[in-house]
Amino acid sequence: MQTFDLEAQGLRALNSTLHAQAETTNQTAWEIVNPKGAHAIAVGLDAPIEVNVKGSTGYYCGGMNKQATVHVHGSVGPGVAENMISGTVLIEGDASQYAGATGNGGTLIIKGNASSRCGISMKGIDIIVHGNIGHMSAFMAQSGNLVVCGDAGEALGDSLYEARLFVRGSVKSLGADCVEKEMRPEHLTILEELLERGGCDAKASEFKRYGSARQLYHFNIDNAY
Amino acid sequence: MCGIVGLFLKDPGLQSALGDMLTDMLITMTDRGPDSAGIAIYGGDGAGAKLTVQSDTPEDSFAKLDNHLRKAIKGKVAMTVKDTHAVLEFQTDQIGAARTFLAENHPDIRVMSHGSTLEIYKEVGLPRAVADRFALRQMAGTHGIGHTRMATESAVTTMGAHPFNTGPDQCLVHNGSLSNHNAMRRKLRRLGVHIETENDTEVGAAYLTWKMQTGSTLGEALQSSLDDLDGFFTFVVGTKDGFGVVRDPIACKPAVMAETDQYVAFGSEYRALVNLPGIDHARVWEPEPATVYFWSHGQTPTAQAA
Repeated sequence: MQTFDLEAQGLRALNSTLHAQAETTNQTAWEIVNPKGAHAIAVGLDAPIEVNVKGSTGYYCGGMNKQATVHVHGSVGPGVAENMISGTVLIEGDASQYAGATGNGGTLIIKGNASSRCGISMKGIDIIVHGNIGHMSAFMAQSGNLVVCGDAGEALGDSLYEARLFVRGSVKSLGADCVEKEMRPEHLTILEELLERGGCDAKASEFKRYGSARQLYHFNIDNAY
Repeated sequence: MCGIVGLFLKDPGLQSALGDMLTDMLITMTDRGPDSAGIAIYGGDGAGAKLTVQSDTPEDSFAKLDNHLRKAIKGKVAMTVKDTHAVLEFQTDQIGAARTFLAENHPDIRVMSHGSTLEIYKEVGLPRAVADRFALRQMAGTHGIGHTRMATESAVTTMGAHPFNTGPDQCLVHNGSLSNHNAMRRKLRRLGVHIETENDTEVGAAYLTWKMQTGSTLGEALQSSLDDLDGFFTFVVGTKDGFGVVRDPIACKPAVMAETDQYVAFGSEYRALVNLPGIDHARVWEPEPATVYFWSHGQTPTAQAA
């Protein structure tokens, strides 16, 4: 395993070292010590490596990830796994605002709580949150799955397109054009796989499904101010 | 963008290190606010009254100022000059006379803070330089708040820097931008509230002062600010006993808090907190939007949802 001391060696050296790992690298296990809340740790990775961050991070950890597994043994600041393409980002603690924003693919697992705007404009990513999520989550979400084992804040799924939202606890309020939908067998199958992938100790039958009412897809004069 | 740091000590053993810890936190937030910095620090026995004053020409303004004040108020005056600031100490009942004397005779002197334990120091420049000018590292106290400013709404001046004094031993720092500050300034000026600059945060501070002068507690004033102030804000307020935190309902301005048996700490980002003792085992969380939090000595933390 390769150990990288971020405080001693610096962020630019870290990210360029990780970027240099090719598809066929033998150095697949990395440990980053002394992250100390730094920004942009392990962004833009594109190799099947596993990066363990031993502590909490600042903004944009694991952004634009492809293939790699980024495992943060702490909490993360705003914009974790922003625009992820593939791979896995796993957070042991909490995530600040806009976790998984605009993600195209891959899996983001948050074992604590996520704050506001979780999954905003998600485009195919799967986000699995063991705790609660804050207000305006999944705003304009286009595709992918958002699983919340706890509660959701205000205006969940506002102006939603085709993402699936699964919430076990309460939803403070639904955003414009977001409605509760029937949980059919195919949704239970999808959710069971997501819960297993996320390591969640929860039953799919305990969740409710929310999605788009599809009333904002076409211009409607009654929606104009 | 701006940076806020705050530290409230539960462990009296850390009081001598308050200035040192806050200075490290402040300097870490330089990236969020390199144009000016300020600190509000609470210390001393609180037996008398304290005024922190500022002058752009300290050599002239502060020369024999203590002697002149002694004659004017016919009482004891202690003065400690630190760069462009000076702390003046009196007996509590003489603060009014001292302020009248300064207002009438010293247009060159501006009052940064008044109270019994609060001192406010703020200037234009990099946070490290501001901290050095006032020897912030050497200061002791029970709690303090710091701010690094990246101006967006108004000029980079000493008076536009934070913290702002809102009432006796009370102060405000702000990350964000108020969008209804012009209308609110006009309203408050019509009501007779003095507002010096075109700065948005000064309007927020004046609003809180006005609410408290008209019967609100600080908690009530913060609660009503959620309805009356429009825009983005994370506010941290200092009081004689502790500090409070409130974020607007959108809560896009970052905030993170940490608590141990020794302290409660606030930072705009986690990296401002990383060198605090025992941080790896602290309870760390993000304050909820539209929720007023308070910490004070001898009381458990309170959170009140709007």
